[in-house]
Parts: sequence; C-alpha cells; structure tokens
Amino acid sequence: MVKLIIDGKTIQVPEGTTIMDAAMKLGIKIPHLCYFSGLNEIGACRICAVEVKGKDQLVAACNTAVEEGMEIFTTSPKVRKTRIVNVRLILSDHDCKCATCARCGNCALQDIASDLGIFDNPYRNVAERGKWDSKYPLVKNEAKCIKCMRCIQVCDKIQGMHVWDIIGAGYRTTVGVRNNMTIEEANCTLCGQCVTHCPVGALRARSDMGKMFDAIGDPEKITIVQVAPAVRAAWGESIGLPKEKATMGRLVGALRRLGFDYVFDTNFSADLTIMEEGSEFLERLAHREDYKFPMFTSCCPGWVRFVRSQYPELVPQLSTAKSPQQMFGALTKTYIAQCLGVDPSKVFSVSIMPCMAKKYERTVPDMSSTEYGQDVDMVLTTRELARMVKADQIDPFTVEEAPFDQFFGEGTGAAVIFGATGGVMEAALRSASYLVTGQNPDPDAFRDVRGMDGWKEASYEIQGIPLKVAVASGLANTRRLIEALKRGDVRYDFVEIMACPGGCSGGGGQPIHDGEECAEERGKILYGLDRVADLRFSHENPTVLKVYEEFLEKPLSEKAHHLLHTDYNNWG
Amino acid sequence: MSRLDFKTRDRAEKTVEGLYKDLERRIIASPPGLCPVDMASAFLKMCHAQTCGKCVPCRVGLGQLENLIQDVLNTNRGDNEISLDILRLIEKTAQAIYDSADCAIGYEAANMVLKGLNGFREDYEEHVLHRRCAASIMRQRQSVPCIEMCPAGVDVPGYMALARDGRCEDAVRLIRKDNPFPTVCAFICEHPCETRCRRNMVDSAVNIRGLKRFAVDNAKNVPVPKRMPDTGKRVAIIGGGPSGLTAAYYLSLMGHSVKIFEKREQLGGMLRYGIPSYRLPRERLQEDIDAILSTGVEVELNYDMSSEEDANIIRNEFDALYIGIGAHIHKEIGIPGEYSRGVISAVEMLRGIGDGTLPDFEGKDVVVIGGGNVAMDVARTAKRLGAANVNIVYRRRRDDMTALAEEIGGAVAEGCNLMQLMKPSGIEANHDGNVKRLWVKPQIIGTNDTAGRPSPVDADVPEVEIPCQIIISAIGQAIDTAHFEKLGIPVNRGTIKAQSSSGIDGFPGVFAGGDCVTGPSTVIAAVAAGKVAAANIDAYLGYHHEMEVDVEIPEPKLEDKPPCGRVDLKLRLSKDGGGNFEEIEQGMTCQEAEQEASRCLRCDKYGFAAFRGGRTGKW
Repeated sequence: MVKLIIDGKTIQVPEGTTIMDAAMKLGIKIPHLCYFSGLNEIGACRICAVEVKGKDQLVAACNTAVEEGMEIFTTSPKVRKTRIVNVRLILSDHDCKCATCARCGNCALQDIASDLGIFDNPYRNVAERGKWDSKYPLVKNEAKCIKCMRCIQVCDKIQGMHVWDIIGAGYRTTVGVRNNMTIEEANCTLCGQCVTHCPVGALRARSDMGKMFDAIGDPEKITIVQVAPAVRAAWGESIGLPKEKATMGRLVGALRRLGFDYVFDTNFSADLTIMEEGSEFLERLAHREDYKFPMFTSCCPGWVRFVRSQYPELVPQLSTAKSPQQMFGALTKTYIAQCLGVDPSKVFSVSIMPCMAKKYERTVPDMSSTEYGQDVDMVLTTRELARMVKADQIDPFTVEEAPFDQFFGEGTGAAVIFGATGGVMEAALRSASYLVTGQNPDPDAFRDVRGMDGWKEASYEIQGIPLKVAVASGLANTRRLIEALKRGDVRYDFVEIMACPGGCSGGGGQPIHDGEECAEERGKILYGLDRVADLRFSHENPTVLKVYEEFLEKPLSEKAHHLLHTDYNNWG
Repeated sequence: MSRLDFKTRDRAEKTVEGLYKDLERRIIASPPGLCPVDMASAFLKMCHAQTCGKCVPCRVGLGQLENLIQDVLNTNRGDNEISLDILRLIEKTAQAIYDSADCAIGYEAANMVLKGLNGFREDYEEHVLHRRCAASIMRQRQSVPCIEMCPAGVDVPGYMALARDGRCEDAVRLIRKDNPFPTVCAFICEHPCETRCRRNMVDSAVNIRGLKRFAVDNAKNVPVPKRMPDTGKRVAIIGGGPSGLTAAYYLSLMGHSVKIFEKREQLGGMLRYGIPSYRLPRERLQEDIDAILSTGVEVELNYDMSSEEDANIIRNEFDALYIGIGAHIHKEIGIPGEYSRGVISAVEMLRGIGDGTLPDFEGKDVVVIGGGNVAMDVARTAKRLGAANVNIVYRRRRDDMTALAEEIGGAVAEGCNLMQLMKPSGIEANHDGNVKRLWVKPQIIGTNDTAGRPSPVDADVPEVEIPCQIIISAIGQAIDTAHFEKLGIPVNRGTIKAQSSSGIDGFPGVFAGGDCVTGPSTVIAAVAAGKVAAANIDAYLGYHHEMEVDVEIPEPKLEDKPPCGRVDLKLRLSKDGGGNFEEIEQGMTCQEAEQEASRCLRCDKYGFAAFRGGRTGKW
C-alpha cells in the first residue's frame, strides 16, 4: 500500500494505482477528456494534469502511478491556469458549432468548457477541414476530432480491426483511416464502438431522422416499425426517463405518438430466427460429415462483415438464417402486409436498432425478397429514436403505455435476451433441446453462457448428444477464438458471436455515456424481462406457430429458405 | 509484412538527414543582427513540426504560440490591433505548455519561448507598441559576419582577398589598421571570425586564421605607417601585454608620445609569459613587438608600480594613463598540502619559461590540475620538458573543459592522460616536504548549475591516489588589483571596473582594458580593448586622429562556389617529447591558400554589403 495526500486528504491505495483513481476514491474528481478507464490512459489532453509537491512540472493524473508520500494538488493556481489554457487550446482546434452537433448536451468537451466558464477564446480557430462521405453509415467530422485517440484504441484493443490510426505527422497529426485508405477500403465492420467511445461529436452514425419523418408524413406510405430487443433496455437513457419508467409499453406509446402506423416487436422475428437457426443447427448435426463445425450465428451484421473480410473461408460455417431484423423485413412486405390487408408497395418497413451496422445490413442486395424494394427501408438507432421523441417535443413521462399491434408484437423471454451476449445461444439451446427431446428444459438450464466474459465456453448433452458451445463478444476476442479454432486448440459445435462487447445492449447505436460501459447494466434488464416473461421458449411463440401454420409450413421449408435464409454469395 | 524488418533508410530519409545537417550549419552561420522575435517564431515553427501530435499542449499549443508571435510581428500588416496583453497571453500559454506537455518536444519548445520573453522582452514590446524591431538590432544589421564577430573588427574578407592575390604585404598593412598583432593572431587567435562564417551555409567556415598565417609568413618586412605630427601629449601605459602594446601602437601613430611601464624583464605579457613557444615562436612574437616599437614607443622594463607615489608621479607626468596589467597571479587550489615542494602554478612555470628558465621534469610524474587552455599548455610543455607521465586532472568531463577541442586533442595526442571527473582533495608530501602523491575524489556529473553547466558531485567510491613529484595548478588566473584599489580605482569581483569606452568613472584621463577588466580572455579581445582605449584617449586629449590604410581590395571574382573541403593546418605533434619546443603548426602552401581564400563568399561585396558597403575604411 502507498500512502499519499491529495488536496490535504490522506489516503492509502495499492501500489500502481493512478493519481486519478486514488483521487476518485477520495471523491475528488479530476477532469479529463482523453482518458477512458482501462482503454485509453495516454495523457494526451493534459486536462487531468495535477501538481505534485516538489515537482517543477505538472503530471498527468490518468497515467501517473502514486508514490509513497506524494502530496498532490488538483486545484492549485498552476493547475487551474494550465487546465484553462489547455481546454482553450483544444477548443481552438475544434469546430465549436455546438448547436448543430450530434453530441450537443452530451459532450465531454462542452461540459468541461462550460464548467470552467470559458466563454471566449483568445486563440485562432485552427480546426481541421475534412472530407467524408456523409452518406456512409459511419460519419466522421475531422473538424470536431480532439485527437483523444479513444477510437484508435477501441478499434485496436477491443475490436482488433485497426481501422483508425494516427495519420499525418507533426502538428498535422490527426486520426484517420489507417494507411491513408478510405473507410470503404478499410474493412470497417461498422460496429460503432468508435462512435460510442468518442467524447465529442467527431464520430457519429449517419442520421436518417429527416427521411423517417418524411415517410411518416407521406400519406401514401404505411409505416411499419419493429423494435429490437436491446432498444428497450436503453431507450429512456438519453431522454431522461428512469429505468422503471422506460417500459416497452411507453416506448410503443411514443412510437404511436410519432405517427408510425404499425408498431411491432423484433422479438417475434428473434423467436423465428431461433426456429430456423436451431433447426439448421440440428440439421447440420444430423449430417455432421457434410458440414464444417462449428456453426456460427449470423444475426450480428458487424460480425458477418468481419468474417467476410477477415476469414472468408469460414463463411460457409455461418448459419444461413437471416438476422431477426431481416426476417421481420422479409415478412413485412409479404405475409404481414397480407395479414394487415395493406398494399405491400405502400409499406415502408422500419427497424429501431441498437446498432449502426444494421444500417448497412438492410442495404445488402440479398435482403430484397419482394419487388417492393429492400425488405427494410429504414434503420434508426436507439439514439435516433430518442432524438425523434425530442424533436416532436414528446414528454416521455406523460406518454401513455400502449400495446404492440396484433400478432407481430408477440415475443418470448428467449427473444428478449438476444440483446445480451450469450442470449442467442441460450435461446437456441432452449429450443434445440425441445426439438430433440420433445420436452422443455429448465429455461435457466443454459445460464452458463451468460455474463460479460469476452469468450465463454460451455458443454451440454442433449439426449446423449454432447455439445460444446462458445460465445464471444468483441471482435478482438472473436479473432482469438477463431485463431484458437484454426490451431485446433479448441473445438466447438456452435458459436455465438456479437461484434460489440456485451452484445447488442452495448451496441454502437445505443445512447452514449462518456467514460462508461453500459452493456452489462442493460443486459441485466433484458435477463430480468426474460425471468418474468410468460413464455420463455421461442418455439412457444404463438405468432411463430401461426406463421408456420399459415405461411411457411415448417422451419427450413422451401418458402422459409426463400424468405428467411440468405446466400452470402449475394451480399455484394 | 515479415515479423521484423531490417531498417534501411530510404532516399527521403537520407535527404532529410542531410537537410538537418544543412540547418545545423545554417544556424551556426546565423548572421548577427537578426530580429530575435522573428527567430523565436521560426524556431517555434520547427519545434512544432517535430511534435508527435499526441498531446494538446504541444500539437495545438505550439501552433497557437506561433500564431500569437506572428501577430506580434505582423502588427504593421493588415488591421491587426494588439496591445501588450498579447505578451501576457504568450507567456501564459507558453507556461502552461511548459508545465503540462508530456515530453521534451513540447516543454522545451515552450521553454525557448519563455527564455525569449525574458531575454529580449524589449524587442517584443517594441513590436507590439511601435510596430518595428528594436533599434539595437539595426546597429549590427546584416553586417559582414567575420568582421562583426572580430572584437577588433579586422577587415577579414579584405586581407583574405589580398592573400589570394599574393599581396601579402598589403594584407599585413590592412590587418594592422585594426590590429597591430597580425603575426601573433596568425598563430594563436581563437578566431571568433570563423564562428558565424557564411561559408558554413555551404560547407564549413573558411580557415581564416590559416590564411592570416599564410599572409604573415609570406610578407617581407612591412614597415608601419607614417607617424602623424607630434601632439606633445604624453600617455603612460601600465603593462606591456597585447592590450597595452595595441593602445601604445595606435596612440603613437596618432602623434602622441607613449611610454610603456612593464613589470617584467620583457614585453609581451601573456603572449610571452603564458603561451608556450611551440604555439607561438618567440621570434615571431618579436616581429609584432618590433613593429609596434618602431612607431617610437618608449619602454621602461622591470618597473613595478607598487606605491601611491609612483602612481602620482605617472599621473602628473602624463596627460593620460592606460591600465592593461592583465591577469597574472595564480589562484590557490585550496586543498591540504598545497605548499609542498613540487607544487607550482601554471602562471609561475610559464613565466619562468618566458624568461628562459626551463624546469627539469626529466623522468618525473607530473599532474596538471585544470581543464582550460593553460592546463593543456602546461601539460604539453611538461611533456616537452621530459616528464615521464603527465596526468591532467579535471573535476568535470572532457566536454565541459573550457580548453579548445583541438588543444585537448593535441595534449592527448602528445601522450598526456586525461583524468576526467576527479576532484583534487589533498596533496601528500614525504618527510622532506616533497610532493609524493595527489589524492583525488572521483566525481559523477550532475545537474546543470544556473549558468547551464553540469556540476560534478562526489561519487560513492573511495578517493584515488596519483603518485607524482610535480603538481601544476592551472585553475585560472587572477588580477593583481591591490595597488589600484588603494588608489580608489573601482574594483568589482577582482576585476577593474571600466566602461565600454574603457574610461574609469571618477578618474578623467585614466583608462583600463584587457584581462584586468574582463578577466582572463583572448588576445584579440585584449587587442580590441587597446584599440578602443586608443580612440577614446585620443578623443580625451582633444583630437580626432583617424586610422586608415590606402590598400585597394581586389574585387570578387565571378566564379561558382561549389561545396569544397576546408584546408586545415597540419600539426607536427611532439610524440617522443623531450626538449622539442619548435612550432607545431605548419602553414598553408600557395596552392592550399589560393583554394582556401577562394572559398570566401565575399560578404563584403555581396548581399547587404552591396547596398551599405562591407567595411569601415577608417576609425
């Protein structure tokens, strides 16, 4: 243990603790911009610089370890002066048009500038001017980048994709796509982790809000919206709605207020996915010699983009089942339109997703099952949903709770947990077990695949068939898992992969809280919903049963193949 | 990509490396009289280009400092309105960068700005308040670098051009206009003229001293100029060293009657009693002294002005008085055993040799204490006197020695052993009182002192003994100011206090200059002091005699200036030791001199000189 004094208070902390963390323990908050615990402790912004007694120069609190007998001042005159100069310097290199920024009101730089009472800046604005194709799902505004390097770190360390890098040299050093590539060339998975780790508005998802309002306002269009499982765990966060108020019913009510014609639940198609993917897995198991194992889940488009660019040889091992978003989409302009008695050519199919890659997935050429355009016409992130609520000045507290529209709002607890890492695996095992044995297992029998570990393994036996499964989230973990598979160090039958750490609840389209990782908290909400759900098995979803009975016949039927499965050769 | 790659430098990297060297040389050749604010801005620009870009203070801050300094410099452009507040902002910004940058790229760049704000604040203020550079800069604005850097202002391009054309007598005449010691300086001048030589921008400085040597070696007897009409004024010079002799030379040419009072047996001061003959052969020293005396200077040797009475006699007899007594007394080492037999001071030893008394060091172990040029001189002299071993003990590192690098190299090449980081702690004598050994405390080099020099501190190891029979202390010289202090002449920290005109406050007609005013310095500084004194004494006596010379300087030849190696003088080192006091340096051949002189870029004719002229014809 090391004993030190911070702002006159004595504290003992373990050796190796940073000044930042030691201060935190005393309840002393040292302001910072680039620092992100465990990810980015590089002392780049120098906002956390503090004074150490006896030292001429200040030190960065975020990456300086405490020493015995240190006396630290976090608000000495020198610290205060230096902090203001450095914040002003950052502001001088930043496009300060806050009113038109995606992160206005949720910006670390805006907060600290405001906290410090910086209302003017003696330094000339030297913000970079960049060129970025703003039609791409991931939008970078170079003029807002404060070079904190968090995006580089998250893409390197968590995702292992190295899309972002330091480019340029000297004072023109900035963050850009590695090796001077364009973003299209860099195999970005569009996971959006760089967006959720950006402290300012330099990185954001493309906003499709305007087009959405146009569609809602178009009398010729019938808007049908589906809401992904993970959205319900986070949608209230950026509109100030506490967890207990941010119910699914209130979300449906808000969507109705926004003017959507039909509001459905992606949970329905998640259950459908389990039926198709579970059956496909059992089919592959039954013909083991014809397939390579493990089979990989395919509902995460970030992961599919990853495997297609990084390990194309593994593509045949992906489940051919479409993602819940795309299964819903494929049914929207066919069966659902038929059920609703609406003209499929007028249907405008919308999904609300915790994800940025979904904006890409909807555009894949193979995701067009009818002659009426793409199966999904519009993908909005959780953040865009919240913004639309704000745009229409809807007070979420007074929104009345409302039910989903008939049938396609049905979902089970197995579908809800799709939004958390391990959830797809658990749901699939619940139904696979039933499909093999004809009996429902204990719904919590497969709980070993839950939790925030980046790479989890479990072994089960279903009617004498031994199954070895694995679950990974985060693409660096994924790469480790695949390399281990390739080396033969591990062997699995079925593997679930989610590109974002913690799964969709930590997705790149979710609300942003600077410096915090929220996937675990949100995942808990989803598991809570599963626990209290009336139905906890996908194969018990009445609408799923109805769809098979009336339309698809059975899992893996020809029609199901046509609408609910994809051929990765047709992904463009 | 392979797992590891052997690093090779590509063409761009090699080119940039070359440009770094070009820039280093260019900075060395920075012309005198540049605007320091402008230079600070340019340096900052380069520092900013070096940033890695990680941290805000360096990546953004240095650029903003640059913008602010540019605002200061461009007050006379556009509608840029600023006040002195901008200096506070620059200071605040630089201080924050210094305090919070993560590495030296950032904080040392900011430190350069802070040093400038402190060191040339008037220049900053002049720009802010009056939209112009300070007047002090304009005085030496884009002068000819070699002439500007020479304390005596000798017409360097002129005499090099004359030497190139084989007009060596004219070269000597031209040099004598500003410096009556052409031969002495040809041998031992520290050549500050070469430090900013513009030729550095192409390759390296012209070997100016080497060409001066060529001129004096090849000039036949050159008579001094004709003395001006007698003024009837009498000037006394106390001290017959370089500064006194210089003052005497010019005052005598001006028609004043001059008398030198010299304490020793012979004239020359430190030139004779401080510099060994292998560096400055005595007959060559005599050439200059003879020329000076040929102007009609009167000399009284063995005169020790030691009483108030002497002083009063001189003051009454003479119209003006110049004090140029030099720095001839040794400093004490301050360790036990200092007064043992065999411990001598460098000044004493060299003084003895100057008067022809060679000590017997045959087969002895000699230790020299000190790291200046004098230490090297006595070490090499000891070698020549037959010492078996010569150890040079110095408490700092070789790099910290004040001796010129070539002098240190020469001493080592001649077999002297450098013992760096050794602090003398005591001298042990045998029962007869003769030196037996020197004890030294090993040092490690430590942090810089306030002047920016690393200070040595004791190392955690035991003391070391160096057996020896002779210890020569060469730790600096002091000035014998005692008599003058008694007369009321102001003395400050051991030196006589004179103005830049060399006059002494409260003593009209009394002037002082050279080592006794500046502390131990160079020959050319002493010459400059003598020249300044001559001009001001002349003025004090009510005259305005001008020194000029009717030598026509050759026009530059129209020729390319491709990079070309510098001709260095060859050295004949005494390896075997033993009585060899012959000069060690060999002059240039005609071929070498022609080529070396052709390297001169003739800054007296090109550039700013084409507008304002490259020389002062008279003073």
